[in-house]
Amino acid sequence: MDFSVLLSDIPTLLVVILGVPAVLAAYIVGGEYLVRLLPDKNRPQVRPWLWVGPALFLVIAFLFLPSILTIKQSFENNAGDWVGFRNYATQFADFPTGGAWVAIRNNVIFWLLFYTLFTLILGLVLAVLFDRVRYESIVKSLIFLPMAISSVALGLIWDFMYQYQPPGEPQTGTLNALVTTFLHHDPVTWLQDQWPTPTFNLLNNLALIGAATWGITGFAMVILSAALKGIPGELLEAARVDGAGELTVFRRVIFPLMMPTIVVVGTTLVIFALKAFDVVYVMTSGGYNTDVLAFRMYKELYSAGNFGSASAVAIILLFAVVPVLIFNVRQFRAVEARR
Amino acid sequence: MTVAAATARPATSARFSPQWLSERLSRYILHIVVIGLTAAWMVPAVGLLVSSFRPFSGIATSGWWTAFSNPTQFTFQNYSDVLAQSNLGQSFFNSFMIAVPATVLPVTIGAFAAYAFSWMKFPGRNWIFLALVGLLAVPLQLTFIPILTFYVQQLHWTTSNLEATGIPGLPWVPLWLAHAGYGLPFSIYLLANFFRALPSDLFESAEIDGAGTLTVFFRLVLPLSVPALASLVIFQFLWVWNDLLVALIYVGGAQEVAPLTVNLANLTTSLGQGSNLLTSAAFFSMIVPLIVFLSLQRYFVRGILAGSVKG
Repeated sequence: MDFSVLLSDIPTLLVVILGVPAVLAAYIVGGEYLVRLLPDKNRPQVRPWLWVGPALFLVIAFLFLPSILTIKQSFENNAGDWVGFRNYATQFADFPTGGAWVAIRNNVIFWLLFYTLFTLILGLVLAVLFDRVRYESIVKSLIFLPMAISSVALGLIWDFMYQYQPPGEPQTGTLNALVTTFLHHDPVTWLQDQWPTPTFNLLNNLALIGAATWGITGFAMVILSAALKGIPGELLEAARVDGAGELTVFRRVIFPLMMPTIVVVGTTLVIFALKAFDVVYVMTSGGYNTDVLAFRMYKELYSAGNFGSASAVAIILLFAVVPVLIFNVRQFRAVEARR
Repeated sequence: MTVAAATARPATSARFSPQWLSERLSRYILHIVVIGLTAAWMVPAVGLLVSSFRPFSGIATSGWWTAFSNPTQFTFQNYSDVLAQSNLGQSFFNSFMIAVPATVLPVTIGAFAAYAFSWMKFPGRNWIFLALVGLLAVPLQLTFIPILTFYVQQLHWTTSNLEATGIPGLPWVPLWLAHAGYGLPFSIYLLANFFRALPSDLFESAEIDGAGTLTVFFRLVLPLSVPALASLVIFQFLWVWNDLLVALIYVGGAQEVAPLTVNLANLTTSLGQGSNLLTSAAFFSMIVPLIVFLSLQRYFVRGILAGSVKG
């Protein structure tokens, strides 16, 4: 490998590592200097804008305005002419297999439901089990580790798990080795098999969701585990003294007390589920009816060069996220009100 | 380990009574379940790690678990091959060039803004903050096309144009700015929550002592917020380092500027899924995030617990 690139690019390295912080420091120090030149009474009016200014500019330029423009563009064709709802009509054509329907179904039913549920259940079970052993921090780190790696690497890891060789050949994929050895079943093409039917292909979608779940469970586990530790020990002891079994304690005491945290983690997971992209991109490229909205948008943009349709898909994605968005804002206001 | 943990709890019942036995038994079952689940969790990663040290002939014809019966076949060939054949070195460098400023920008600018949101008064402050909370959930997909169009058609910021200027670092500027914009709502949200919790007497006494805004910010707020800043830095760095989508959109396949994730995804397409070289390439891409994560895990977990998470 050519590591000389690392040496030849020293100017770049310096510009990047020293230049960017230098510009930022110069901005705020210089800005404050200018503010101090103002008359006393004007300073408190100007100063806040100096400090929020760059952030507001970037958020407006990169999140707010583009979102508005995308809404507008979803009603236009590539030439910029108004086409009404035609882009949406293409996406909603031919229910249930045409347009964006497969992607919508995968996102809004399969991913939203199974990804969120699997992750919450696994995270909760692991948090509760790990709470009872002394080597908790070690096992937690191991479960958490996949959080650190990219979804591309995660996709590769699971590609190897799902590998398929024809029946009779030695299986190279871990899962197919288990299936053939212990279940005496023919090997399964996990990422292609559209069981039970191509219009309701649960199996390969679950294979993708399973890989993604593996990557995110650590996140849910860590938060739920912190909430679990927040439950006062006396409460649990009292329930146990009253003769409640461990299952009852979990169902009647632990679970209700953790509900607010479960809801917070759940909403975050719902957003992740609706935005799923990387795993699909690396593992199936949306083939065999495993498309999702984020990938469909990417395809419309890059393979088809269809800006209007891509915008329409993005807006459909926005609509799916809006309930969560409203929920988050209301939660935030409720918390603020209690301050 | 298991015995020590099993006796950790004070024995509530007499030795060898039926209740004592069943408690003992359930402790053992607990350990078996915990260790078994963790081991099963590690299987996918361990499988790929073992495969990355196996020769092509082995990977293609037998599972990774068979490798232990013939340990002599382990080799570094996949690593040296993939490093020789693909420009992973270049994209490793690119990943740094993208991730460092794309972390510094949103964290610093976010800290400026969070300071204003928590300790200055200005019209619309609460509403703007509420809008930022809303923006936390907005899918980035919504922003790609207008930004891309603006970059290319208005500013002529294509990779080749920016490279032609010869100014070091310039080809990554579009990506830095985009990551900064995308990272800011979370950055401001997390830091403002932390800054607001700082005791207000501190600020009052600093003001009485005649400290200016800059002094308060750099000498008081930032040093007191190191834990929050650290977790945010790790979060943003890992997020940018592991990002595929934003890099794909703004730099696409341009090898000279594309990060590791894009290169790795391209290798998946060009080499075909299941190639032996991908195994080593995948682990190569994990080195930096794993080092960052393992050394700074404490802060990472704290950042997660500090509130929501951006997506």
